Amino acid sequence: MTPVLPHLAVALDGAGWHPAAWREPDARPTELFTARYWTELAREAERGFLDFVTFEDSFSLQSTQDGRVDRVRGRLDASLIAAAVAPRTTGIGLVPTVIATHTEPFHVSKAIASLDYASSGRAGYRMRISAQPHEFAHVGRREAGEVADLLDEAADHVEVVRRLWDSWEDDAEIRDAATGRFVDRDRLHHIDFAGRWFSVRGPSITPRPPQGQPPVVALAHAAPVYRLAVRAADVVLVTPRDPAHAEETVAQVRAEETGRAAPVHVFGELVVFLGATAADRLARLDELDGTPFTSDAAVFAGTPNDLVDLLTELCAAGLTGFRLRPGVLPDDLVAITRELVPRLRARGMFRRGYTERTLRDRLGLVRPASRYAQAGAE
Amino acid sequence: MSRPPKEVHLAAHFPGVNNTTVWSDPAAGSHIEFESFARFARTAERAKFDFLFLAEGLRLREQGGQIYDLDVMGRPDTFAVLAALSAVTERLGLAGTINSTFNEPFEVARQFATLDHLSGGRAAWNVVTSWDAFTGENFRRGGFLAEADRYTRAERFLRAAWTLFDSWRGDEILADKASGRFLTTPSPGAFAVHDDHFDIAGHFTVPRGPQGRPVIFQAGDSDSGREFAAATADAIFSRHGTLEAGQAFYADVKARLARHGRTPDSLKVLPAATFVLGDTDADAREQAAVVRRQQVSGQTAIRLLEQVWNRDLSAYDPDGSLPDIDPLVGESHIAQGRASVRMNRDPLAVAKQWRELASAKKLSIRDLMIEVSARQTFVGSPATVARVINDLVQADASDGFILVPHITPGGLDAFAETVVPLLQERGVFRTEYTGTTLRHHLGLGAAP
Repeated sequence: MTPVLPHLAVALDGAGWHPAAWREPDARPTELFTARYWTELAREAERGFLDFVTFEDSFSLQSTQDGRVDRVRGRLDASLIAAAVAPRTTGIGLVPTVIATHTEPFHVSKAIASLDYASSGRAGYRMRISAQPHEFAHVGRREAGEVADLLDEAADHVEVVRRLWDSWEDDAEIRDAATGRFVDRDRLHHIDFAGRWFSVRGPSITPRPPQGQPPVVALAHAAPVYRLAVRAADVVLVTPRDPAHAEETVAQVRAEETGRAAPVHVFGELVVFLGATAADRLARLDELDGTPFTSDAAVFAGTPNDLVDLLTELCAAGLTGFRLRPGVLPDDLVAITRELVPRLRARGMFRRGYTERTLRDRLGLVRPASRYAQAGAE
Repeated sequence: MSRPPKEVHLAAHFPGVNNTTVWSDPAAGSHIEFESFARFARTAERAKFDFLFLAEGLRLREQGGQIYDLDVMGRPDTFAVLAALSAVTERLGLAGTINSTFNEPFEVARQFATLDHLSGGRAAWNVVTSWDAFTGENFRRGGFLAEADRYTRAERFLRAAWTLFDSWRGDEILADKASGRFLTTPSPGAFAVHDDHFDIAGHFTVPRGPQGRPVIFQAGDSDSGREFAAATADAIFSRHGTLEAGQAFYADVKARLARHGRTPDSLKVLPAATFVLGDTDADAREQAAVVRRQQVSGQTAIRLLEQVWNRDLSAYDPDGSLPDIDPLVGESHIAQGRASVRMNRDPLAVAKQWRELASAKKLSIRDLMIEVSARQTFVGSPATVARVINDLVQADASDGFILVPHITPGGLDAFAETVVPLLQERGVFRTEYTGTTLRHHLGLGAAP
C-alpha cells in the first residue's frame, strides 16, 4: 500500500500558543503588530515547503476578566495580515480566520477572492463562529444565539461566499471592441440566496478568483459540528487525543460525507513543543505563567523523531494532514521546518519543494467550473 | 505677495469602474490582477505622491433591468488590496472608500487600525454612506437607511470608530520579558457607544496604530456634506477642479472650520482631476479628442442618454439626432447603482438644454454625449499642466489634486515622469518624503 503523505499546516497566533511564549529569548513581543513579524514567520513556513499557514482571529480581546498583565493582549485582523504577507511570499498557502457570525458574506467573499489574486492562487480561509455574548455586544445588533443556530448560520455564510465566487464565470470578461461590451453579462449570475438567516442577491463585484473556489477550513470538536464542517469545508480540523481516538474521529467525519463529490481532508491538531529538552521547556513556561498549559488539542512535547513516529501513527489512523500549533514562535516553527520536515522527508513522507501552482492543487482538489456555467443565461 | 508658495498635494486614483476608464486601448491592462495595483502604486510612490486612492462599489450597476456591460467592471476588496500594497510600498499613503451603511464600526475600526499598523501609519478612510435598497440586497443588513439619515449615520459611525481607535491610548503594551509584564493595565481597550444608531460596548482588539486614527476623507458636496466634512474630515475629495468653482468651494469649506474649532490647514481640499498630456498643447488637445471618443463609444452614448431619458433608446442611432420623445419622469429609474443618476433631478430641463445645444452645434447623439460628459480637467504639455496645477493651488482653488488616469495600470507614468519634475523644480512639490505617515505627508497634526 502506498504510504499516505501527510499535508502540514502551521497555526500562527501571537507569540505562540503557550501564554508565556512571549517571554522566551527569541520571542519578539514588541513586533506582534507589524507586517514584518508575520511575513518572516510565513517565510519560515515556506522554507519548509509547508502547505499553508493559518492566522488566528477573534472578535474579542484574549481576556479582560482575569486581571492579568503577563499575557499577550491585542491582535490584528487576520485577513489583512494574510493580504500583507501575500506579495512577500511565493509558495505558502495563506489561510486567515474569518468570524462568520458577525461579518457580511459579501465582504468576506471578495476579501478572500482578492487575497487569492494577491497571492496568485494561495488563499483559503478558516471559518469560525462567535458565540460569546460579549462579542455580540461589540457589534450590538442582536443577542447571542444558540450554538446550533450559529453553526447553521455559518454554513449558510460559507454557501453565500462560495456562490459569490462562482457568480462570475471564468471567462465573463470579454473586452469585445466590436460590440463595445467589457463583459458578457450572460456569464454573470445573481446568486439569489435566501436562507433562514439572511438573503443575498449578487453577483459579486469581484471576478472569480484564480482558484475558482479557495479552500475552506473548519475546526470541529464533536459529531454535530462534523456534519456542518463537512457541509461547508474542504479541510476539517479535528482534535484527537491519540491514534485510537483519531481513527474513531475520522470514521465519524467520513460518516457525514454522503453527497459530497470529493472526500474532505481531515487534519489532526497538535500543539507542539519540539526539541531534546522540550518537556523541560514546557515545564519552565508553565512555571513562568503560573498555570499548567492546557489546550483543546493534544499537546506534544518531545523530539522531532518522536513526533515523526506519532504523525506516522496518526496517518495510519486515517488523518490526511496536520495543523501544528507551535508552542513558541519562532522556536517551534523553526523546529518544524528545519528538524521535523527533513526527518519526514527522509522517510519519504514529505515534499521536497513546491510543484503545484495553487493551494487547491497542493491539497489535491480539482478546480471546479462555476456552478452557474451550465445554467446559461438567466 | 509675501506668502511663500503653498505646497501642492498629489494623489493617484486607481482607474474606476465607469466610462472614464478606457479598456479598449491596446495599453489597457487588467483591472483585477494584483500586479496592476502594485505597478500603479509603485509609480505613485516613485513620484512621491501623497497617497493612492481606491473607490468602492458594492453592487454591479444595472440598466434596464440588466447588468451594465459596457464599462470596465469588477474590482477587488478595498482592505485586501490596500494591505497587500502596504507590502510593496514604503511611504505612499493608502486610502480607500468604505461604506458606513453595510458595515459595523467594530469591524471597520479593526480593519483600519490593522491597516495602519501593517503600513506603518499610512491608512486613510473615505467615509461614505449609501441608502439604496438596491445595494442593500447584497447584505444581510439590507438597505435600511432613509436618505435623510445618511449623514447622521455617517457621523455616528465615524464617532463610534473614533471611540474605538482611541480606546487604546498607545501606552498599554510594555512587553518586558524580564519583569513578565506585557501590559501596563489589565483591561485595555474598554469602550462604550450608546446613541440613536449604535449600542455597543466591550474591549477593542487592536492596539493604537501609528497614526492613532486613520486620515479621514469626505466626498459630500451638499450643505450637510460640507458641514460634516468641516466637523470631521482631514481632507475633502471634491469635484470642483476649475478656478472659479474651486475657489468658491474652497472658501466655503475652509470658512466652516472655525465653527468647529479648527484651523484652515487642518482640512485639505483635493478635487479629482483627469488629464491628457502631449508634447505640445496642440498634440494634447488632439489626443484628448481621441480619448473622449474612446470613453464614449456609440453604444455608451446611447446608454448615457437613456440615463436622462429614463427609457430604452436602443433603437436610436448614436450618429443620428436626439430622440423627439421626452424623458420619462417618475419614481423608478432605468439605471441602478450609479451616484450620478441623482444629479439629473430635472430630466425635462436637461433634455431641452441638450436639444438646443445639439441643434446649435449640429451634434449627433454621440457628439453630444462627448460634449456634455467630458471629464478632462488638464489637457496640455507637461509645462502647461504643471503651471495650471500650481496656479490653481496658489489661487486657493484647491490644495492639490487626486489624479484619475484613464488607462490601467500605466496611465500615471507620463505624469509622474514629466509633470512631477516640473512641479518639483518650482519648489511646490516634495522631492523626497520627509516623514513616514500619511498625516505627515498631508501636513496634518497628530490625531487627538
